[in-house]
Amino acid sequence: MEDGRPIFLQIAELLENSILDGTLAEEGQVPSTNELAAFHRINPATAAKGVNKLVDDGTLYKKRGIGMFVSPGARAKLRGRRRDEFARQYVRPLLTEARKLGIEPAELKNMIDTWEAGR
Amino acid sequence: MSAVVTVRDLTKRYRGVTALDGVSFSLAEHRIHGLLGRNGAGKTTLMQILTAQNFATSGEISVFGQHPYENEQVLSRISFIKESQTYPSHLRVTHVLRAARLVYPGWDEEFAQRLADVFQLPRGRNVRKLSRGMLSALGIVVGLASRAPLTFFDEPYLGLDAVSRQLFYDHLLADYTEHPRTIVLSTHLIDEVSDLIEHVLLIDQGRLLLDVEAEALRGQVVTVSGPVAAVDEFSRTGTELHRASLGGTARATVRGDFGPAAYDRARSLGLGLEASSLQDIVVRLTTSNNGHAAGAGSAAAADKEAVR
Repeated sequence: MEDGRPIFLQIAELLENSILDGTLAEEGQVPSTNELAAFHRINPATAAKGVNKLVDDGTLYKKRGIGMFVSPGARAKLRGRRRDEFARQYVRPLLTEARKLGIEPAELKNMIDTWEAGR
Repeated sequence: MSAVVTVRDLTKRYRGVTALDGVSFSLAEHRIHGLLGRNGAGKTTLMQILTAQNFATSGEISVFGQHPYENEQVLSRISFIKESQTYPSHLRVTHVLRAARLVYPGWDEEFAQRLADVFQLPRGRNVRKLSRGMLSALGIVVGLASRAPLTFFDEPYLGLDAVSRQLFYDHLLADYTEHPRTIVLSTHLIDEVSDLIEHVLLIDQGRLLLDVEAEALRGQVVTVSGPVAAVDEFSRTGTELHRASLGGTARATVRGDFGPAAYDRARSLGLGLEASSLQDIVVRLTTSNNGHAAGAGSAAAADKEAVR
């Protein structure tokens, strides 16, 4: 795990990423907390805390005696939430750095178009 | 969750040296506790007292609700793996494993043999002829296979290479998951165990500096860097633990109640922000002058010499 940030948040984020990219399908079963603990070499209680965070916000749901599953509609919901964060996490630092280098917003837009075209 | 160990105002003085100074805490059942601190901080003394191998000068301790001294009911439930365990001469590895089987009610022989294979312990060899690393591995095998409800590992890996240490962590985690028990891991290899431990006790010069959930500590200490004025402004939101300056730029390690908003604040101030690892936090708290003020430990008086 990465340093610094709470591990349970990182576990929750990793699961979210798997849901967003389709690795974990809606209605699909999520690895157990023990499997997550062994794989990431973390305390099982911490892994459980990460999973429970996603249960609490409705991303995952529990089937008694079977395990955790991805809720229907979880992907679209996560996408919406991540889009809101996108501007804060990526666009703002991009603009800050651009300003530092004297790159005008118009020039920045041009750069994005150029990179997108050359992809 | 019930407490397996309760310690209240525990003090241990050796001739003119205070090894433990008014330490109070409790250890919840079925968790992995990290007992951290520099060499000579008092970690081993604390564990010796909890396992009835040493006496407190003052204070109260309770293990499984009782005093451990000459208390078979308590001691049979404890496994204490020491940094440098010595064995009677002429004992072979098999003898040590057989003796452990007699001592520990929860001993799992099949698991012990499997672990002995994992660490490639030569069963017939005299323990005096084992390498430093093999001796440590033998301690680890005994500590894990004993399945004691309360297991102390005191720097259990002297001489063990990185591969063997990882094997230890993996087996500890797997077996703990299957057989939950209370584990105290005393170490200065903090980076290696930081993801395993749930609860942190940090001891420095006999005093308890931290008694916190490991997850609560994460993100509580950050390092910001950038223009001095901006660093100053950010630093005001917490307790500054350390600072380095170079011309007009500074780097400060700050402790506070930092959430995601702190990242935004640092960014808007034009500062770089990095969350500190558990190891960084421990280093900062045990070296900075205001470490005691920043910690949650006892309000003890003047500085005392570290023991040993």
